[in-house]
Amino acid sequence: MKSAVIVFPGSNCDRDLAVAIEAVTGRAPAMVWHRDTELPDGVGLIGIPGGFSYGDYLRSGAMAARSPVMQAVVEAAGRGVPVLGICNGFQVLTEAGLLPGALMRNAGLSFICRSVPLTVENSQSIFTSAYRSGEEIAFPVAHHDGNYQADSDTLDRLEGQGRIAFRYAESVNGSARQIAGIVNGAGNVLGLMPHPERAFEPAHGGTDGRRLFEGLLEAVA
Amino acid sequence: MKARVFVTLKPGVLDPQGKAIHHALEGLGFSGISDVRAGKLIELDLADGTSEADIEAMCRKLLANTVIENFRIEQVVA
Repeated sequence: MKSAVIVFPGSNCDRDLAVAIEAVTGRAPAMVWHRDTELPDGVGLIGIPGGFSYGDYLRSGAMAARSPVMQAVVEAAGRGVPVLGICNGFQVLTEAGLLPGALMRNAGLSFICRSVPLTVENSQSIFTSAYRSGEEIAFPVAHHDGNYQADSDTLDRLEGQGRIAFRYAESVNGSARQIAGIVNGAGNVLGLMPHPERAFEPAHGGTDGRRLFEGLLEAVA
Repeated sequence: MKARVFVTLKPGVLDPQGKAIHHALEGLGFSGISDVRAGKLIELDLADGTSEADIEAMCRKLLANTVIENFRIEQVVA
């Protein structure tokens, strides 16, 4: 499968994400610079990596969401191409309007960098098909702005439509309803703050994240 | 011409930064503060004749995230 990882100035998980994608697809993703206006033909997966795009200026993800390449990402998402946004990638997806809500400063104000327990809320999505609903897994988080907020109507809609993919199994950053990751209405865009690509090899201390990539490949292949 | 854009968190949106400032002020011995909210001031130096509608479009498209923030535009008379 052809894939692409978007690289912004300040991205710092782009290579980790590329390594994870290559490990499951057998093919290195195209690294697409933020000023590019096109994605590779026939791209079947787009990764938006973690990091601190544009130094988190204005708001986390705000500048990246308005960069030239995002027009192509929005179009591809509209065609149903799977888009996986991790950490800063989640922030970019909300700022670009591909996912509802916003990620605000952590409630405790601290940068949080540790492995956290997550509950898989819905294993029906293409991103979570390798997990069981209700299963507890662990991914690392590393963020300052991971406090997910949306109005209560939006939160009710996300719950009602089964669009909460992952929830924190303990209080982490003040996120509304402990939300750690959500999908869009069509189910082809996932944004999550925890890092599955950092729970990929036994040397990472856990491999729960590998199944997200494996399940995704199986679901879309 | 110049304009100032004030970006503030919507009422009801938790403001951890404002809370921290509040605590710090109390730590310095200031009392009688019931709440602190932190926002942003963005100053724009604009071509003469830039319309209010244009500035509002800038706010909606980039300067404010209207999911969580309000904005107010103040045109500065030279």
